[in-house]
Amino acid sequence: MSKTLVEKIWDAHVVKSEEGFPDILYIDTHLIHEVTSPQAFDGLRKRGLPVFRPKQTVATADHNVPTLNQLLPIKEELSRYQVDMLTKNCAEFGVELYGLGHPFQGIVHVIGPELGITLPGKTMVCGDSHTSTHGAFGAIAFGIGTSQVEQVFATQCLLQSKPKTMKIEVNGELGKGVGAKDIILYIIAKISAAGGTGYFIEYAGSAIEALSMEARMTICNMSIEMGARGGLIAPDQTTFDYIKGREFAPAGEEWDKALAYWKTLYSDADAKFDSVLTFDAADIAPMITYGTNPGMGMGIQEHIPATGAQPEKEKLSYQKALDYMGFDDDSSLIGKPVDYVFIGSCTNSRIEDLREVADFVKGKRKADNVTVWIVPGSKQVEQQAKNEGLDKIFEAAGFQLREPGCSACLGMNEDKIPAGKYCVSTSNRNFEGRQGQNARTLLASPLTAAAAAVTGKITDVRDLLEKVNP
Amino acid sequence: MKKFTKLTSAVVPLNIENIDTDQIIPARFLKATTREGFGENLFRDWRYENDNQPKADFVMNNPTYSGQVLVAGKNFGCGSSREHAAWAIQDAGFDAVISSFFADIFKGNALNNGLLPIQVSDEFLAQIFNAVDNNPKSALEVDLENQTVTIVETGAQESFEINPYKKSCLINGYDDIDFILAQKELIAEFEQAK
Repeated sequence: MSKTLVEKIWDAHVVKSEEGFPDILYIDTHLIHEVTSPQAFDGLRKRGLPVFRPKQTVATADHNVPTLNQLLPIKEELSRYQVDMLTKNCAEFGVELYGLGHPFQGIVHVIGPELGITLPGKTMVCGDSHTSTHGAFGAIAFGIGTSQVEQVFATQCLLQSKPKTMKIEVNGELGKGVGAKDIILYIIAKISAAGGTGYFIEYAGSAIEALSMEARMTICNMSIEMGARGGLIAPDQTTFDYIKGREFAPAGEEWDKALAYWKTLYSDADAKFDSVLTFDAADIAPMITYGTNPGMGMGIQEHIPATGAQPEKEKLSYQKALDYMGFDDDSSLIGKPVDYVFIGSCTNSRIEDLREVADFVKGKRKADNVTVWIVPGSKQVEQQAKNEGLDKIFEAAGFQLREPGCSACLGMNEDKIPAGKYCVSTSNRNFEGRQGQNARTLLASPLTAAAAAVTGKITDVRDLLEKVNP
Repeated sequence: MKKFTKLTSAVVPLNIENIDTDQIIPARFLKATTREGFGENLFRDWRYENDNQPKADFVMNNPTYSGQVLVAGKNFGCGSSREHAAWAIQDAGFDAVISSFFADIFKGNALNNGLLPIQVSDEFLAQIFNAVDNNPKSALEVDLENQTVTIVETGAQESFEINPYKKSCLINGYDDIDFILAQKELIAEFEQAK
């Protein structure tokens, strides 16, 4: 019987399937961090259980960590306690920890792929909704709650109902100044912040196939922002080339064996999806969000939709969002002053993102009214940026290159956007207060964020690119 | 895990769509390492001013409304996977949440803690909001065994779906770990065969 990619990987991991019950799904790799694991470790202690497969569990500290002077003790007491607790728990239960000071430390969804831990065909979970990032390699990867973290600790399995499948095809060529972040913000704006709920999404089509691994991770990362359990992309030569030679990737005979299996990981031509959507890459402009959920996005030259045009029962929520943002309906964002630019998060903090920004800002300088933070996704990304001299370019532009962590994506550490200020952010969520109490977030691509940094206002990056390359 | 069978209660109405888990419990309150005490920060930034004074216009600060059932607009619980959202709602005294649509991870987290997420139709949700508008003390009856929710005043009733396994977990107070641990031999066999 023909199968989708999700079905192939799912079926290969079902320990038990019984009518009326969710499947018992085997989990190959469990990633953990300091925020959603302590109560799960506590649960094990209460039940007198060990971590069942500690070698399939990898930990890092990312959500709470400072992004300056990381080797000094963490100033904020509760953050320090939580990070220390992770260190103690990992030592007690025999889990490998890439904590502060370790050369592999970084955002959990950045380090998995760069270390070759994330591989095609795997099942991977983490107590973090952006675990969908790893789907870029053709893995089933999804976020779980803390009770489920405890389940995986205890059994290396999860009780899960098989998800519905959706295929989203993006075909054709992207325009100048348009990248992976714009593709995913465009899709979410089209289908809404709830449009993918209940589904696992497979991204396909020529525009997706043409993307680098970093760009594919950006797409899969934001699957959760349309409610999907996860998103994935069939592995291909781009995937295999990225993985080969990485720290924990298979090598020698193991590589050949793995590669042979990975090449079977695609949706069969006549496989049935529960839903199929198709988009044309040429229709996508640089995107920006104007509201307080990631579905409230538009092409940067468009006007914010009129409140009057919203369905009657949604008008109240819609106007509440615009009031929070301080925007008028039916108005353009072009030229609106910006206070902060944040380039980072598990969505856009990889070396390719930093290179793209550096390439654009080389020889330019940030506007005086803007504070610019660049937060690399990992120690390895930070080191690579320095090796390539990107740090010098950022410094000359007045951008601050900081140390790795989740940072201002959710403001659990000191990196908060002040109340009322506008931040163009390459992160994934523009919820009220997400980047700091009453902070106002506009989600965009690294290029659009860099353009705002240089001009001090919302800018169509294509206008600046054309000046360079007429 | 807390058991759930049946309840009759007035409700706390929150007629807003796309309520994300950052609103339910902001990230700065996720630094605790236990499951208790999150209720005081439930909807923190909607509920309190910066100086911790209650905001008079927020429903949880209005003594007219109370009850064990939270009723909210569609796509409730979207965003972050933080189980702290379910813990906070439960810790604040709620035993059930009603919406016309739930985000997947939130729904799973709620079920894993004995907090019943009840998905009703848009029309029935509107009827509940109407009933509460007319009479803030209007009660709902939630019957898990029969999978029904009833507006007591009008008698209007709707059935809701729930996975039969999760239903029995809630009624009996079992959790998934108990269930999977009983299958450990199968898991070892699966690993051998891999």
